[in-house]
Formats: sequence, structure tokens, C-alpha cells
Amino acid sequence: MRSVRRHRLALPAASVLVAALGLAGCSTSSGGSGTAASAAPTHLSGTVSLWHFFTDREADVVQQAVDSFEKANPDVTVDVHSGQDDEKLQKAISAGDNVDVGISYSTDIVGNFCSTGAFLDLTPYLTRDKVDLSQFSDTVRSYTEFKGTRCTMPLLQDVYGLYYNKALLSAAGYSAPPKTLSELEAMADKLTTFNADGSIATLGFNPLQGWYENASSHYGPAAGATWLKDDGTSAIGTDPAWAELIEWQNAYVQKIGYDKLKAFSAASGQEFSADNDFQTGRVAMNLDGEYRTAFIADQAPTLDYGTAPFPTADDHTDLYGGGYVTGNIAGIAKGSKNPELAWALLKYLTTDTDALVALSNGLKNAPTTTAALQSPNLQVSAQFKTFLDIAASPHAATTPASPLGSGYQTAFQDFWTGTQSAPLTDLASGLAGVDKDIDNQLSLVAGP
Amino acid sequence: MTSPQPVLRLGALERGRRRAALAMLSPTLAGLVVFFVLPLLATILLSFTRYNLLSPPQWIGLRNYQYLFTQDPKVWTSAGNTLWFVVVLVPVRVLTAMGVAALLIRVRRGSGFWRTVFYLPALVPPVASVVAFVFLFTPGGGPVNTVLGALGLPQPLWFNDPQLAKPSLVLLGIWVMGDVMVIFLAALLDVPRELYEAAELDGAGPVAKTWYVTLPTIAPVIGFAAITGVIAALQYFTEAAVASTVASGKAGAGSSATDVLGYPDNALLTYAQWLYVRGFGSYQLGYASALAVLLFVVAAAAVTFTLRKVKAFSPEEAMS
Repeated sequence: MRSVRRHRLALPAASVLVAALGLAGCSTSSGGSGTAASAAPTHLSGTVSLWHFFTDREADVVQQAVDSFEKANPDVTVDVHSGQDDEKLQKAISAGDNVDVGISYSTDIVGNFCSTGAFLDLTPYLTRDKVDLSQFSDTVRSYTEFKGTRCTMPLLQDVYGLYYNKALLSAAGYSAPPKTLSELEAMADKLTTFNADGSIATLGFNPLQGWYENASSHYGPAAGATWLKDDGTSAIGTDPAWAELIEWQNAYVQKIGYDKLKAFSAASGQEFSADNDFQTGRVAMNLDGEYRTAFIADQAPTLDYGTAPFPTADDHTDLYGGGYVTGNIAGIAKGSKNPELAWALLKYLTTDTDALVALSNGLKNAPTTTAALQSPNLQVSAQFKTFLDIAASPHAATTPASPLGSGYQTAFQDFWTGTQSAPLTDLASGLAGVDKDIDNQLSLVAGP
Repeated sequence: MTSPQPVLRLGALERGRRRAALAMLSPTLAGLVVFFVLPLLATILLSFTRYNLLSPPQWIGLRNYQYLFTQDPKVWTSAGNTLWFVVVLVPVRVLTAMGVAALLIRVRRGSGFWRTVFYLPALVPPVASVVAFVFLFTPGGGPVNTVLGALGLPQPLWFNDPQLAKPSLVLLGIWVMGDVMVIFLAALLDVPRELYEAAELDGAGPVAKTWYVTLPTIAPVIGFAAITGVIAALQYFTEAAVASTVASGKAGAGSSATDVLGYPDNALLTYAQWLYVRGFGSYQLGYASALAVLLFVVAAAAVTFTLRKVKAFSPEEAMS
């Protein structure tokens, strides 16, 4: 009886296991390169889907670019899916949904999407259509490929620099922004005011990590700090630049008082609202992206402000003019039903000067091609121009692509954020721990 | 001498009944297999693989579990936070809901109004209730701190303070306890009056009546509230995630949702969030599956433990 029952149970159990294995593997297949025709089609027709993360006003700007593409190709219909973030995009591609072109807000996915083939290798199309990649800066080129596989194209770029309140600086006797971290600290000290109870009323500069755009990735270029070694393992613990930045930041936080800064930051307005501390004058100098110019124009049009490259570490003044650069990227999803049509749309959105200028003017992000950057139609205010210059600087830097996505940045950011509440004790061993953590993650994801 | 015919007929009848029952149960069984058994088995299998959703899974044996137990820097932080919610949030919510329900059944006038008042917050969508709550407790000019300041009392940082972030969410949990309260209300109204009268005749006072009559009678409801509460606490995600996002000042930012989870200082990082971060932020679905398997095992153990505790308090046990 027992053996019979075992057999009765074994069959459905085996079926379930087989089905489960099937489910586990059914949605996957190894990726690969696009199979470009020998010549680009002379006439385009059909439907191509575009997945992007933009919403509301920004989605309208993208739609206008799509409309222009459809106008130029009357027999083409673009099926637009807006509001799709990276996680949804990843799931959709994995599930075999109808994704032809996907746009991501983060370069962090490049390592994963290129290595897994989620985005097709674009080399055959780029070669066939003789797309000149030198129209993109080295930094932009670096964050759109992974280990020699170019599976994405840059759409627009985010560039980070220093915003300063001209009126507040002028009142404190300053006519120019700081160029080194020591200058930043000295000016910020003078611009910081306190309430009668000792709490902070206004800050010259908020050094707390995690506040608004204060992130390790945005600080790194100030000292030329590196993230990963050539083999993909962590370089954080062995690069003295990180220790230098952490030591400066920690000393400054302790000088003002961590608890005071924490209380001040807790009362900050939402970053992307009209209550943003820089826009209200609560903070005189702030690290932020070029997109802030659009928020200020919309929410605080009377604000008298200037922009400049973020100050460098005192012993890295040669790096002044650079800054952190990242951007939106786009690629052709594996399983695309019509890769030629997808490539045509992708090429249009990422290399057509008029399309890029329109997108840049609408989204207030910096364009990526030389022609778009030099276009007379590009709306460039004095403040925005700073970010175009930073993007063009040889000292502009980005975060490298990794199979961990942003995992290595998160590990380091957690460590740095955790060091702020007290003076540093054993920074070297802490950074070594970060290295170990990242390398362990890497071995889990990519194997030993 | 009896004929074997009737026995055969009964056997055939029984088999027919079983087939009919199986046929009627089959939609449910199919649902159970497709939506529970298969995903569970797939999760267990994937937990032994390196898998990023986009490439075929690679078998790596126990590597994910080795990493989980010996190398993951935040798994125990997130597990500790989740355990805190299980141990604190669940009992506080259950006791508060039971207490409020006990008070409400004594209200003579306007009981409908008061029941509505206490139940209403439970109807607010979780995201909206958290956003509203965080703004109420905003350190800079929030109504709560404004009142505290006017009274000369300290003005805590609430959701921005790693020490107070979790207790602040417990306050939110109390505010929205109407879903549990309404169940207790029904249970308390259902306790037979005769039992109280009999207890009074035996000389029982209010405490004895509560201990020997009320609690044993509503024990199944306490068990239900405790078990569903424990399961919900083990999967606690949305409230903590929204609180972190709003309190960090990055609501509406065009970045990944995983960036601000845990704020402040990982005080609100729950196990379910960490699972999500590793699965979809770091593309480690195989490892996330290992985390899910561990969560399943812990949840099953917690439910078993709670069931046993509640059973020990059931009317039958109380009578024995």
C-alpha cells in the first residue's frame, strides 16, 4: 500500500517539479547581438513599441519627439508606454512582452542589460549605418557600454554642479563661488546662521550624506575617486581619494554638529517641490543637477542664483571644471519583433540633432551629441551653460557599469552615511569592509 | 447469510461521492497548485541558482544560503527591524483594537458615530495614510511638533530619527487599527450574556469575568488577529517604504524606489524590502529567492507557534 501511495504522490509531484523548472526557465534565453540587415531599409513601416519612465509634462515632451518621428515616417506607428521604470522594464523584457525600444533613467542597468543580452548589442547597426560615436564624450560613451558591448545609446545626460544663491553670497561679502572644499567650508561657515536656541536657521552648505543630491557618486569626481578595478572588484578601499572626501565631510559635520544638521535636514522641504531648501534660501549653496534650473524657473523664478562646477578636494584643483555625469540610456530589447524599426526609432531619438535639442529644451537635461550641444536652437541660460561645460570637461566622471547594478554604490553609500554621526575612528578597516561586501556580492552575481 | 451486493453498492456510492467532491474542489485545487505550489517550488529551486531574470538560472548549490547566513551585511538588520514590528506592532494593534472595541460596546448613545470614527482611518489607502501621517509629524512646522512646541515640550524628529522611526509607524498602526477593531467588536457583541450572568452568580468580578468568560470566548478572534497580524508584519513593506520616501525629502524623485528604502539609517529597512532590493535593485533573483524561502520558513514557524499559544487559550483548554 505504501509504495502504491508513494507512486500516486510521486507522479503529480514530479509533474509539479517539472512545471516549476519549466516556469523558472521559460522566460529566459541568452541574449545576443542584433542581426542587422546588410543595408538599412529604404522605407519604414509597421508598429514599434517604446517604453519609457517619463510621466506627465515630461512624457508630453517625449511624445512630441515621437510625433516628429512618425511624421517623418508616415507608415510607422509608435506604441508608447510611459511611466515604466527600470524594474517594470526588466520584468517586461523577461516576460517577453512587446518591448522594442526601452529608455532607462539610470546607467546602473547597463552592466546587467548588456551582459545578459536584455538589450541587443548595437554594434552591427552602428557599423552598418556608420554612426560616429565620437560625437559623444568619453564619459557618455563609457556609461553606455559594458566590457566592450555597446547595448545602449545615450539619450540625454544629467550633470551635477554647485548652485549658489548670489544674493546671500553677496551679503556675506563673496562675489564668486568656491573652487575647493576648503573654500566651500569657509564660505559656508560664514553663511550659516543659528537661532537663539542654538539650532541652525540657515546653512551655507549642508554636508550630510543622503540629503537631497548629497551622494557618494556625486562627490567622487571632486577628488577623482574610482569605484571599481579593471576586474570589476571594488577599488574604494584602496583609493585614497574616498578616504580624503570622507574625512573632510566628517570633520565638517562634526564641526557644525551632527544632531543640529539632522534636525535641520529633517525640516527640509521636499527636494522636488517649491519648498526645496535652495529655492527658499534656507541653504545658500547646494550640489544639484542641471534639471534644477527648470524647477527654479518654474517654482522660484525670482531667485538670483548662479551655477559652477562643484569644488574639488584641496589637492585636486587640477580637476576643477569636471563633475558627475550620468544620463538616460536607451536600447533595443531582446525579443524585439521589429529590430530594424526599433533601431530607426532609437537612432532618431539619440542622434537626430533636432530631436535631441527639442528633448533637451523640454526636459532641461543636457544633450549628448556634439551637434546638439552646439545647436543654435538649444536654449541655454547662463546657469545651464555651466552644466554643458562640465559635461564637456575632460574631468567629468561617471559611475562604472557593473553586473551589480547600483549595488556597489549602495554598499558604499550605506557605509558613508553610517559614519556621519560620530568622529571617524578606523576608516581604513571600514572601507576594507566595503570592499569585501562588494566583492562578495560580485562573486554571488558573477561567480568566483 | 448476507449478500455482498450492498457493500459493493456502498463502495461504488462512496467512490462516486469522492469523485464528485474532487470535481467540485478541482477549481480550488487547480488554483492552489498554480498560484501557491508551483511558485513555492519555483522559488525553492531558484534559491539554489544564480538568476537575474534575464539569463537562464545557473545552479550554484548552497551559495545563496552561505551568503545569506555569513556575508549579507544587511539581512540581520532588516530581519531585526521586521522582528521588532512582529513583537511590538502586532500586540499593540491587537490590544488597542480589543480595548477600543471593549469600550465601544459600552457606549449607549452615538455608538454608530464612534464606531465609524474609529473605523474610518482603516479605509484610507495605506500610501495616503502614511503620507498624511508623515506630514503631521514633520519636524519642521508639522502640526504635532507645533503643538508640542507651544506646550514647551521637546519636538522629536519622528520619522527622521532612527530611534523613533519604528515607534512612529506603530502610532500609524494604531490609528488605522479599525480593521481589527471591527472584528473584535463583532466578537465581543457575540459573547453570550448568560455566561456573564452565570459568572456573576459564582461571584466573579469584572477582572474574573474578562479572564474566564470574555477572553476564552473570543480566543479564536484573538488568534485570527494575531496570526494575520504576524503574517502582515513579516511582509511589512508599503508603510515603511512610503514613510522613508517622504521623510527623506525625496518624494517624487525620478529615481529607483529602492534608493531610499530604509531611511533613516536603515531603521525602517524591513526584510521584505531587502528581498526586493536584492531581487530587483541588484538583479539577484536567485538570492532573493533564498531570502523568500527563509521568510516562508520563519512565517510558517511563527504561525505554528501563534496557533499553539492561541489554542492553549481556547475555551476547551480553559475548561480543562
